[in-house]
Amino acid sequence: MSEPLLIGQSMVGGYGAANILNGCTISVQRGEIAVIVGPNGAGKSTAMKAMFGMMSLRSGSVMLNGQDITALSPQDRVPLGMAFVPQTHNIFTSMTVQENLEMGAFLRRDNIHATLEMVYYLFPVLATKRHQPAGELSGGQRQQVAVGRALMTEPRVLMLDEPTAGVSPIVMDELFDRIVEIARTGISIMMVEQNARQALEIAHRGYVLVQGENRFTDTGAALMADPDVRRSFLGG
Amino acid sequence: MDFLNAMVVLANFVVIPALAYGAQLALGALGVTLVYGLLRFSNFAHGDTMAFGTMVTILATWGLQAAGIGFGPLPTALLALPVGIAGTALFALATDRAVYRFYRKNRAAPIIMTMASLGVMFVMNGVVRFVIGVDDISFADGERFLVTARDFRDATGLDEGLAIRMTQIITLVVAGVAMALLFWFLNRTRTGKSMRAFADNEDLARLSGINPERVVRLTWIIVAALATTAGVLYGLDKSFKAFTYFQLLLPIFAAAVVGGLGSPLGAVAGGFLIAFSEVGITYAWKKVATYVLPEALAPDGLAQLLSTDYKFAVSFALLVLVLLVRPTGLFRGKSV
Amino acid sequence: MMRNVLLFALVAALFILTGALQSWNSALGILNMAVISAIMAIGLNMQWGYAGLFNVGVMGFAALGGLGVVLTSTSPVQGAMAAGGWRILGALIFAVAVIVLARILWLRTTGKIRYWLLAACLIVGAIIFRIIFDAGVEGVESIRPTLEGNIGGLGLPVLLAWPVGAILAAGAAWAIGKTALGLRSDYLAIATLGIAEIILSVMRNEEWMSRGVKNVIGLPRPVPYEVNLQQDPDFVAWVVRHGFDPVTASSIVVKLCYLGLFGLVLAGIMLLAELALRSPWGRMMRAIRDNEIAASAMGKDVKARHLQIFIIGSAVIGLAGAMMTTLDAQLTPSSYQPLRYTFLIWVMVIVGGSGNNWGAMLGGFIIWWLWVMVEPIGTAALSTLTDALSDGWLKAHLQDGVAHIRLLTMGVILLLVLRFNPRGLLPER
Repeated sequence: MSEPLLIGQSMVGGYGAANILNGCTISVQRGEIAVIVGPNGAGKSTAMKAMFGMMSLRSGSVMLNGQDITALSPQDRVPLGMAFVPQTHNIFTSMTVQENLEMGAFLRRDNIHATLEMVYYLFPVLATKRHQPAGELSGGQRQQVAVGRALMTEPRVLMLDEPTAGVSPIVMDELFDRIVEIARTGISIMMVEQNARQALEIAHRGYVLVQGENRFTDTGAALMADPDVRRSFLGG
Repeated sequence: MDFLNAMVVLANFVVIPALAYGAQLALGALGVTLVYGLLRFSNFAHGDTMAFGTMVTILATWGLQAAGIGFGPLPTALLALPVGIAGTALFALATDRAVYRFYRKNRAAPIIMTMASLGVMFVMNGVVRFVIGVDDISFADGERFLVTARDFRDATGLDEGLAIRMTQIITLVVAGVAMALLFWFLNRTRTGKSMRAFADNEDLARLSGINPERVVRLTWIIVAALATTAGVLYGLDKSFKAFTYFQLLLPIFAAAVVGGLGSPLGAVAGGFLIAFSEVGITYAWKKVATYVLPEALAPDGLAQLLSTDYKFAVSFALLVLVLLVRPTGLFRGKSV
Repeated sequence: MMRNVLLFALVAALFILTGALQSWNSALGILNMAVISAIMAIGLNMQWGYAGLFNVGVMGFAALGGLGVVLTSTSPVQGAMAAGGWRILGALIFAVAVIVLARILWLRTTGKIRYWLLAACLIVGAIIFRIIFDAGVEGVESIRPTLEGNIGGLGLPVLLAWPVGAILAAGAAWAIGKTALGLRSDYLAIATLGIAEIILSVMRNEEWMSRGVKNVIGLPRPVPYEVNLQQDPDFVAWVVRHGFDPVTASSIVVKLCYLGLFGLVLAGIMLLAELALRSPWGRMMRAIRDNEIAASAMGKDVKARHLQIFIIGSAVIGLAGAMMTTLDAQLTPSSYQPLRYTFLIWVMVIVGGSGNNWGAMLGGFIIWWLWVMVEPIGTAALSTLTDALSDGWLKAHLQDGVAHIRLLTMGVILLLVLRFNPRGLLPER
């Protein structure tokens, strides 16, 4: 296997005295989709936040494209090609859709027109509402704005924290389709998901975390087929 | 004819003064609302920031006058305004560095920042009084009137005169330009949009690579510019006195809250609303009423709803009414 | 504990030093105001320290206390009630009725019409109020305007005026608390800032009530007059026997009498405040302050508790305001300045230690002493500094400006304490 684009190795850390992460390792290859699943409180979101630098590690390291970025702040990881979509409060509600996307491209000095068109191509509904305040959109559309804003930085790896939380099943399916499409353009995806079954279906690689440790790691399809995983984490 | 006379009186004593005063309040309220929206606290030092900016401008004006430099029919203070803005911006940046940054880094509660602004208020107040004293200072020079009451009467043949003071027109023009620039900057430029993004959602702004400290610095520079401009225009229109500027805090806050704290458009609307209410309620309507109403109905008294001594009560009453009825303000500002 | 004793000993030393170096008369004068300031600081500490309420209207509540003294203890002006007093009273009752009616209309209606009804009710009410009110005011103010021109008071003993002052302040606090509590904490600050300005502009302009800028002088005193003491042969004989000058001694005795009265009040309030703070009620208050959401989830009515503490704290400030007016023996509405009456009290609470009554009291003593002494100390320091300068514009300007140094000093003290010792000299336990 080639060297992963992004890898968090043997990560240990947490908020306050107690550790939430107990040595888990998570990585994603170029153009692939990695999905982190697991029970509540397993440290799924924490693991991803740690990889984005939103929580400092007690031990372990984070490498992007072979470069050690463990000590960098989240702001400094953005220009290196990482983008993060938080679970909530992930859009600028008072600004228009277009302005949200422009803000995503804040650090870029080149012409952002092509990226804008790509986002509008991926999410056609946003193109029709580009001058509407993002706060007035529906839940699914807001998530599209949030993903679109992150794409505007032209990331190499896009990190999504429960992108389908609180949206309807139809919207969820569509969102997953888009995520697959984004991955096809060569952008790596790493996401945390509650809807484990659907997420693993599109995953190249799945991680089942329990208490901050890797319990199972395999391709999405293999995990779906594993009876242990099915019984314990996918509801039979 | 009576109706025209009534309109002239109205314009002379209500509309034009209230427009000028409203523009001054609006500029002040814009500063308060920007600090609230971007730095997330109520800045009680704002009145004294206005006083400080005006003080620097007055000193620069005296310097220019001593050097024999004037601005023709316009007040010299307009030439000195950039100096005042620069001085105030430096002071505001230094204050942020010395005081507010510490609380921002610690993510202190907004009320602690407000408390710190009380300390800053004391210091600025002391500095202003120390440097320029507590007396009334009038620093308007150049032409006094654009249109005098006599010229107006001669030209129109009406009984009532309309006097338009130079300072009133300057206030409206300068405030108009300043507001247009501000709204253009916030809505059209990349940096301005990044400030709005920061106000909207600080964490997401950081995730987008927006540098918070740069936004904060810019905010202080803009706030200093607005406060100085507001203070200088008020001082040209009336006069400069340190304590009066402190007292302006109430109508300015009222304007910002009535419009919706954090909403620039609301601050402008609030400023004019407060100014028109204040002038309208404390104006003696007798003269207008005598022209418009039939003789039998003409009022005996001054027909003044409230004595001018209570002008603060007007802004306060509006403030309370808005807090009771619609706490987010007319333009739906930030949180309640 | 050691720290407490040490700090209070330091304060005592400050005052003793002032007495020994300057004069006992002025040391006592500063001490009397310091006791009053300490009571105000305790009142403010109840609001901020117990409950986290941001009141920047201390000046207004203190002034209402002063008004209480005028309305209670001055003798009634002959014929004032007949000349218009009843009309004024009627107009005020009418005003209250209009506000109640407006509230009922607002609650009973919905939609656009409620805004129109509210506006109509208030505007018509205001016009009728002015018609009733103005004639009354004119009547009262025409009575011997150089001496009186106001309705006077009830002629009751001046000590009774102190609780009345507290009640007036409590009433204003109730009205403002009803409006602004429960909203963002800054809104209470803005609202109290406003109400203080308005209370003062009412007192400056409603001559029928407080004589406005003409001031009410010669308020009755709860202690003997210096002149009377000096004319009392027994007193003179007694002080001369102890080797004092009768004039100085009379002034010191009067100040000591005041000090005794004020000290009693301070001790009483301190006792009640400490008992309250340690009671279940005080624990609940602090629980609410530290986590409003948790407290309201446990079924505490946060808004009602806040209103309660806001009223109590304001009443204490009003009481202190009444005591201050009694000490001055005059009400001068134009002398109330927010920097001196509101923000200085804040500095006392923050420096002393918010949440700790002893801290607020200590802050009251220290800051008041500083406030009085910074100016002479600054003048002395500056004159040694400017000695080197030749006489001229700069020297004169610096010497004029020294009066404003104390604002700067207070601001710097507040900022330094907030930054480096935010819990104050005597932190909350």
